[in-house]
Parts: sequence; C-alpha cells; structure tokens
Amino acid sequence: MPFIPHTPDDVEQMLAAIGAKKIDDLFDEIPKELRIESLAGIPEALNEMQIGRLMAQRAAADGTPLNFIGAGAYEHHIPSAVWAITTRGEFYSAYTPYQAEASQGTLQLIYEYQTMISSLTGMEVSNASMYDGGSAVAEASLMAIRAHRKSRSQRVLVPTTLHPNYRKVAVATASGQGVRFEEVPCPKGVLSVADLAKYQGEDIAALVIQQPNFFGVLEDVDALTDWAHANNILVIASVNPTSLGILKPPGQWGTKGADIACGDCQPLGVPLSSGGPYAGFLTTRMEFVRQMPGRIVGRTVDTNGKQGFALTLQAREQHIRRGKATSNICTNQGLLVTAATIYLSLLGPEGLARVANECHRATQELVAALTRVKGVKLAFDRARFHEAVLLLDRPVGPVLAELAGRGIVGGYDLSNDYPELGNALLVCATETRTAAEIKTYADALAETLKAAVRAA
Amino acid sequence: MAMLKHPEKIIFEYSRPTRGAYGQWPTEQGTSNAAASDIPENLRRKDKPLLPEVSELEAVRHFTKLSQLNFSIDTHFYPLGSCTMKYNPKACNEYALLPGFLNRHPLAPESTGQGFLACMFELQEMLKEVTGMQGVALSPMAGAHGEFAGVAMIRAYHRARGDLARNEIIVPNAAHGTNPATATMCGCVVKEIPTKDDGDIDVEALKAAVGPKTAGIMLTNPSTCGVFERRIKEVAKIVHDAGGLLYYDGANLNAILGKVRPGDMGFDVIHMNLHKTFSTPHGGGGPGAGAVGVGARLLPFMPIPVVGKEGDKFRWLSEKDLPQSIGRLSAFMGNAGVLLRAYIYMRMLGREGMHRVGEFATLNANYLMARLANAGFDPAYPGRRASHEFIITAKKQARDLGVTAMDIAKRLLDYGFHAPTTYFPLLVPECLLIEPTETESKEALDGFIDAMAAILKEAEAQADLVTSAPHTMTVRRLDDVRAARQLDLTWKPAAYPQGLRPTSENVGPS
Repeated sequence: MPFIPHTPDDVEQMLAAIGAKKIDDLFDEIPKELRIESLAGIPEALNEMQIGRLMAQRAAADGTPLNFIGAGAYEHHIPSAVWAITTRGEFYSAYTPYQAEASQGTLQLIYEYQTMISSLTGMEVSNASMYDGGSAVAEASLMAIRAHRKSRSQRVLVPTTLHPNYRKVAVATASGQGVRFEEVPCPKGVLSVADLAKYQGEDIAALVIQQPNFFGVLEDVDALTDWAHANNILVIASVNPTSLGILKPPGQWGTKGADIACGDCQPLGVPLSSGGPYAGFLTTRMEFVRQMPGRIVGRTVDTNGKQGFALTLQAREQHIRRGKATSNICTNQGLLVTAATIYLSLLGPEGLARVANECHRATQELVAALTRVKGVKLAFDRARFHEAVLLLDRPVGPVLAELAGRGIVGGYDLSNDYPELGNALLVCATETRTAAEIKTYADALAETLKAAVRAA
Repeated sequence: MAMLKHPEKIIFEYSRPTRGAYGQWPTEQGTSNAAASDIPENLRRKDKPLLPEVSELEAVRHFTKLSQLNFSIDTHFYPLGSCTMKYNPKACNEYALLPGFLNRHPLAPESTGQGFLACMFELQEMLKEVTGMQGVALSPMAGAHGEFAGVAMIRAYHRARGDLARNEIIVPNAAHGTNPATATMCGCVVKEIPTKDDGDIDVEALKAAVGPKTAGIMLTNPSTCGVFERRIKEVAKIVHDAGGLLYYDGANLNAILGKVRPGDMGFDVIHMNLHKTFSTPHGGGGPGAGAVGVGARLLPFMPIPVVGKEGDKFRWLSEKDLPQSIGRLSAFMGNAGVLLRAYIYMRMLGREGMHRVGEFATLNANYLMARLANAGFDPAYPGRRASHEFIITAKKQARDLGVTAMDIAKRLLDYGFHAPTTYFPLLVPECLLIEPTETESKEALDGFIDAMAAILKEAEAQADLVTSAPHTMTVRRLDDVRAARQLDLTWKPAAYPQGLRPTSENVGPS
C-alpha cells in the first residue's frame, strides 16, 4: 500500500474506537446500488523503480530538440538555486496561507513578489498571480469593465497583434458575462492609431496592447495609450517581463500610463514544460486595487507591533463575497511565483537587462542568418524584440516537419492563425541560443528548402 | 520544528547597488548594447526597476529562511479540511522534471511530444475510469477553473438545444464560495437552497427551486459538511426531470475514490482537484489542476485542447475536432507539469491503491471524530458517518469559555499542528473542518487528539492562554484590520511605515 502507513493492529484499534467491525461499514450511508467493487480500467501499481523507468523512456522519446519557438513561452537559463529552493517541501507542500502565523514564509515571499512585479511593470499594486498570461488578459478585461467609472460598455478592443491564444482564452472566459471582444485587424504587423480610427468617440471599456506584440514587433505604445485615454478607454498592457529589463514599463506608456498590466511569469525561471504550470501576473494603479481578482498580501503588525504579513482585501473574494466576488479564482500559481521571485532576486535589474539585451542580439543574429537563406524573407521589417516573422517560399508545415526530423524545432507556423500572411513562420532566439546553434538551424533550413526545390 | 525567533528581513534590505549573482548573468557577446540600440528611444526603459541586488548566497539564504517560516505537509500534520493535504510523493516531482518533459515547448510538433502526450492520454483514460464519466479534458488549471469549464459546458448544452431560458444554477448554502462565484462568471443566476440539520440538502426546497429556468445544480458529495448526500439519486432525478444537469464539485473526491463514482450517481459533469485527490503539490497556493469529466451529453462541449489517439499516435484535438467546444481556457495546455505528477501518482497507486485511498481517508476521519468526541468536542453531525472529513463545532466552548474556533486553531499551531479549516462551511457556528487524509499514521492522529484535549483543558483553566495564541510562531496574531485599512502591498525604500523600520528589536541579525 504505497503511502498508507496503517498496520493491521492500527486498523483494529481504530475500528474499535469508532465502534465499527470493518472499514467497509464506514461506507454504509452510501446507497448499496451505487457502490463499485472494482476499477478494472486502472492498471496495476508500479513501484518507484518501475515508474521511474517508464517515465525515463517517455521523456527520452521526446528528446531535447534545438528550440526556436517563442510565441508566449520562452526558453531561458534557469539558475540552479531557483528550483532547488522552490521544491523545498516547506514551499512545495504548503497551501494557501490561510493561517498567516504558520505561513509567514509564503506570505512574505508574495509581498516581495508584488513589490518586484509592480516595479517591473511600473504599476503600484499586484495580486499574488493568475493562472497564465491568457487568463490574465481575460481577468484584466473583466476588471477594466468593473473599474471604468465613466463607461458601462462591455466592449474590449483586441488587436490581432495580441497572442491568438490569449484572445481565445479571453473570449472563452469572459463572454459568458456579456463581454464583447472586437478584433482590430493589423495588416502591417503593428497596431496603429489609424487602425483604431473607426472606434473614435465610441463607448468602449478597454484596449489591450501587447508589447512586444505577437510578431515580436514593437508597438508605438505611447501614441496608442494616449489615443485610448483621449477616447475614454482604459489601457490593458500584455507584456513579456524579460523585455521590461530594457523596454519602457506599461506604467510609463503615454502621458498617463497603462491602467492594468498583465502577462506571464514563465520567462522568469519557469521551464517550458509543454505549456505549464506557468503564472499570470496582473498589476494596476492603487485606485483600482479593490477591483482586482485573486489573492493579495499586505504587510501589517502583530499584537506586539512586530511586522508580519497576511492575505488582505479578502472582501473581494469568493469565500466571502460568493456570487458577487470579483472572480472565482482561489488556488492560483503560488509555486511559480516562488520561482519567479527567486529568479528576479538572482538576476536583479542589471542581470535582467543583460538577459533582455542578449535575447535581442541573438534574435537579430537569427534573423540575419535565416534571411540569407534562399527562399526566406523577413516580414514586418520594423523595430522588434525577441522574435520575428519570416516568409518562406512554400508552405511552412512540411518544412517544420523536416526540421523536426533533424532535431530542430524551427518556429511556430502562423498559417492557422494568420492565413492572410501566407507562408509565415514565427521564430525566436533567447540568450540560450549560441552562434553555432543559429548556424546549425540556418544550414538545415537551407538544405531543407533546397531539397524541396529538387523534389519539386 | 522550531520557528526562527526573529522575522526575516525584506530581501531589498540586503540590496547593495551593483551587487548581484553575477554567475547567473549572461555573458555579453560583444555588441549587445549596439544591437539593442536599434530599439527606438521612446520605447526604452529609463529607470531601474526595484529588483534585489544581492549575491547568490544572500538570495539562497533569504529564501531558505523564508521557507522555514512555513508549516507544510513535509514538516507538519496539516488537517486543513476540504484541501486534502496528503503526502506528495517525491517521485512525482522527480520524474515530471526529466529534461525531455521540462524542455518541451508547448507549440513544438506532436512528433516531438509523443511521450508526454501518451501520459496525458492515459491520464484522461484513468480519470474516466475512477469517475465513471465518458470524456475528460485536462486543461483547467485549478478547481475553480474546472468549475468554470463545467458550468460553461452546461450553458453551452442548453443553448445548443435552443433552450435559452435556462440560466439558473442551484447551489446548496453549504457550498464552496467558488460555486456561486463561478455561476456568476458564466452569466448565470444563483439560487441557494438550504441544508437540513442532518447535513443533507433539503430535497423539498430543491423540488420547489427547479423549473424551466434551471440550468443545473452544483453539488459536492460527500458535502462540505463531511457527510454523504444519501438521497443523491432522488436529487439527480428531480434535477434531470426538470431539464437541468448535475455538476459535481470534486473537492471531496478523495473520500469515495474506488468506492462510488460520480458518473454512477447521475452527475453529468465533474471537476477533479488533482492537487487534492491525486496528490500533486499545493505549492503555497497552486498550481492546482482542475481536470473536468463529462457524460455523453456534454462530450461535444469539452474545453480544448484534449489529447486524442489515432492508431498508435497521439495528437491534440482542437476546434476542428470539437467545433462546439466552450473554447480554450489556457494559453497552452493547462498545468501540464502538474498533470504529469498526477499521472505518476495514479500509476504508483494502481487499481488496489486507488480503492485504499478512500477507505483509509475515511477510517482516519472517523477515528479522529470518535476520539475527539470522547475528548469533549462536539461533532456538528452526530450520528452521521464522517466521510474523509468532519466538522467539530466549538459553539459550546465559545459560549461557556469564551474560546472560539479561531482560538483553538491558533493554539494548535503552538502544538506543532497546522489548523483545520475554520469558519467553513458558514452555516455551522464556530466550525472546525478537519481532514486528516489517508497518509497520516495513527500516531500522528493520536498526537493531534492529545493536543486538542490539552487545549480544551487550557481553555477551562486558563482561557487567555488559548485566546492569545499563538505564542511560539515568529509572529503573534496579526492585525487583519490594519492590513486592509492601511494598505501596504509593496515595499518602498523611502516610505517605510512609521514604527516598522527594522530595528534590533523587531528584526533579528541577518
């Protein structure tokens, strides 16, 4: 019996204390006809050695290909200390800090996280986390609608330069409450004030701006933010936290700054891991703090006047407010916040800026190397960070399949989400990609495209 | 475990300009600054963000010290009701962190993820088996997220049939707060029905509540009162006859694992808290995983992505395969690494182990309830079997001794036990919801019983010892009112609040 410590003697004594003859009697309030006797579909138990072998085989089957996809999840160096500490049982196997006095470690860590992520985004307050960058955009949209004092509109503008999956999550999460997400086409790969002209003077709650946008292109955030505010529209920024080492934080966009900033903590010490667990972040101005979803930690004092930390503003939350809560979220992504906080502490302002610079440099090198390959062109030749869209002279899918066979994950095929772009491929290089790896990719792509020409 | 005597400093108080964990910084490849100079001036950051400037050792020591301020399953008995704080096997973490899993990009081709996808497919199949459902989708990232998926599917089902009037979700008053909050998020109206004195829901009130506007009912069974809803089949019939569907809140699935299945009880949709029943870590507040299971009627509406199998190959099912799906709830694949941990745990339990989870969780709860009743505490539902958890009401102690459930909870910390869940469900006065889980030994339970008995004696002899607890934690009871009224949510170097500036008295030597 893995993980169950009871000896036969224990069981006998415990049943005697209860006054029951056998364990099965404890289930006598469950109608007999509902009881099951077997779970035939569950395989027999494996001991740790056996499951270890199976998982090693499965993991090995997935290999460790050379990765050039970003698209919302980025491969960065993760300091050893991050997960060595994060997986300490005291963090890993604790729960939501309901008993503050026995959870000061988690609470103080969240307070430190709130400080770091607020400053990084140039905002005043943060919550303890959302599920991921997609759910953060959804919750930010709902929050903006609640917070907007001069509008009752349920309309939110989402440019097509916002991550397509984030748009899908927002629709699936918020449309039940009547929120209407209106897509703003951006044929030039950036959102311009001209693209927004038709919304001039209309009653709209919020505009979402992603920086760098999904194509890696830098949006003119100052002009967009000022346009939105001039039109009584709140601004939600969806940002990559690594980029904020060198890019202007949302709190400083335009004259007044964005109203809500959100995104995904994944680049901050969280492995790719097939898509999760990551952690969404959400920060805002103090004036909107009571509209925030999720847990918030505050510093206070104990009965002796000594500093301590506790969950606060809980009157917003489901366990108090039930059907009138700001969100149903309770369990969030605490352990990933732990990792991100340790990561930011190790990198510091200078280290983070260096990571951002190195990512940018590597991507510029990648773009230069790949666009030298015959049949590859750069789309959207504009200021960018971290990733870029390439146009191939043939459909992307088969090319990526061929590259995968050579151990290279060559980028993200945009043809499903952006068929209008043609044979478009989104590529990314972070500080982890070396010049030699970039050359390996460029050579493999050249051979793949050449072979395809011959085959044709 | 002894707590640190002094609180730990805020990490920024260790900062010194230019200090850093230099070994973690990337080496600049010559022209970094020149490369970044192509970024327009107005888009560049001018100020330095407030991030720590500390050495690697300072960071490691600081966060290690913070960890030591926590109670956790690995260090303490943690009978937090409704949360299933059972042992999280180390193997689950170890094998989920193998490089092949860890480094896989979520958008990488399926051909490079067959090992991962095989685990996910088999996890779906195993969860179908233990719940008696027809389909499982894994992407919701917490219990409340799974609830959202479930209610959204119920809404989508009625709409697809053209039945647009059904927007009422019935919820017992003992339900988790997430149930009504979720119904609201899905655009539904919440209708509460009462719970009877024996802990079962009021079936007559249910009959009066259902009608042509009923979208469904959300139930936890065993309920949050720690008892099995005995008339569940009748409840199912009433709701189904009225045209509604039944939602199963799987928070308490641990109680019945291998004994009875929600699908067999008549539920149409269920969420499972994999971080509870299937022992993935709670992580200080997540990540969880809230996989959903559905009956035949809701299969077309499952959230994407779902893993499908064709021949011996696994692939993601998307909008094209499930055009009526409620859509995408996570940017990629939910909490994939958590799902891997649940898969490993289930394979280690196997068929026999799965049965024993429910049995021994129930044995431990009933033993604890019987012994605490003997020690002078009042079970909220005497005469009922405990499920995997039960409620003690400290109403008598509050009235006669002036010692509340919260006081008992805080004093337990001094005895080295995490407190039970307090003041939930709301309908039981001075409520302590206690869930020991199957992984605790009899000795651990006996230690808890001894502590509770000792606290009761203290309450009778010297109540202020209990009402002023805890005494041995790093901090005494905290001022929650101040926390909410004088909001201090971020550390500010210049504006350190009056009286809180670190001194040798309130912050120890580093």
